[in-house]
Amino acid sequence: MVGTLLLRGMLCGALAGVVATNFAWIFGEPTIDWAIAFEEHAAKMAGEAQGAEVVSRAVQSTLGLFTGVTVIGAAMGGLFGIAYAFALGRFGRIGPAGTAVLLALAGFLVLAFVPQLKYPANPPAIGHADTIGARTGLYFSLLGLSLFAAGLATAFGRAVAARHGGRIGTVAGLVFYAVAVAVVMMAMPTVNEVPDEFSSVVLMKFRLASLGTSAVLWLTLGAAFAWLSGWRPGGSRRVLA
Amino acid sequence: MSATTTTAQQQVAVPAIPVREIMPWAIFGMLIAVLAVYFVGAEQGAVALFGGEAIHEFVHDGRHLLGFPCH
Repeated sequence: MVGTLLLRGMLCGALAGVVATNFAWIFGEPTIDWAIAFEEHAAKMAGEAQGAEVVSRAVQSTLGLFTGVTVIGAAMGGLFGIAYAFALGRFGRIGPAGTAVLLALAGFLVLAFVPQLKYPANPPAIGHADTIGARTGLYFSLLGLSLFAAGLATAFGRAVAARHGGRIGTVAGLVFYAVAVAVVMMAMPTVNEVPDEFSSVVLMKFRLASLGTSAVLWLTLGAAFAWLSGWRPGGSRRVLA
Repeated sequence: MSATTTTAQQQVAVPAIPVREIMPWAIFGMLIAVLAVYFVGAEQGAVALFGGEAIHEFVHDGRHLLGFPCH
């Protein structure tokens, strides 16, 4: 049973990765190309030598992008399947498909949106080579803390729900999570290594494309998983009800 | 579908899977996810198991657009 859910999650995640790759290619790649042109121009102005290309841009922006996004999709799908196994039947009368959709929204919020609020995605040309260690540590710490806060918030919300009902429990859990991540984000150091000359429009487009890629990934994952759990759009409301 | 069936089915709670049954799969799933996130999100960036930068360069665009610090 749980093995099936894990596999189902990974397959839906891989499918979501394929869809998200297309989104990333359409909306993200133009900004990456722009950023690389900026980077090369800046390096030329500074008189730095260009390193040899290990992987061509044509491969990076297609097969490489596809591999990265799809592998992460399958991995998130696997975690999703496990979380679904824990969640199913433990949140009041929310059925299989409803559980899948809510979990996908939670996954996007906890693992993409909240970490990005503090440490937004950056295109090439942004970020000093000597701070990559610190930035990676901070990013993964926030990712872990966001997940941990979500776990605590879920436990808290369920405890409140047991005494005061599902609606108050849901609100209590959400408020707990919001306050917890707000405190964590205020306590963590801010990172800003955007060069002064970098276009703010390109930066905004890149960050929206990044957030959009994650949104498409999680929503496709949730929808595909809900579909396999028996939900049909516009059809029977049996499972969603 | 009639309204009564819908209401009747709403009352049926989905049975929860015992945590004992989930745990081994949870550990297995976590392991796969950590490996995947590591190789796509961090290998040959801040830390490296393999030399060179072929892995980093191959998943480069995905790493950027998925929001991981790349370089």
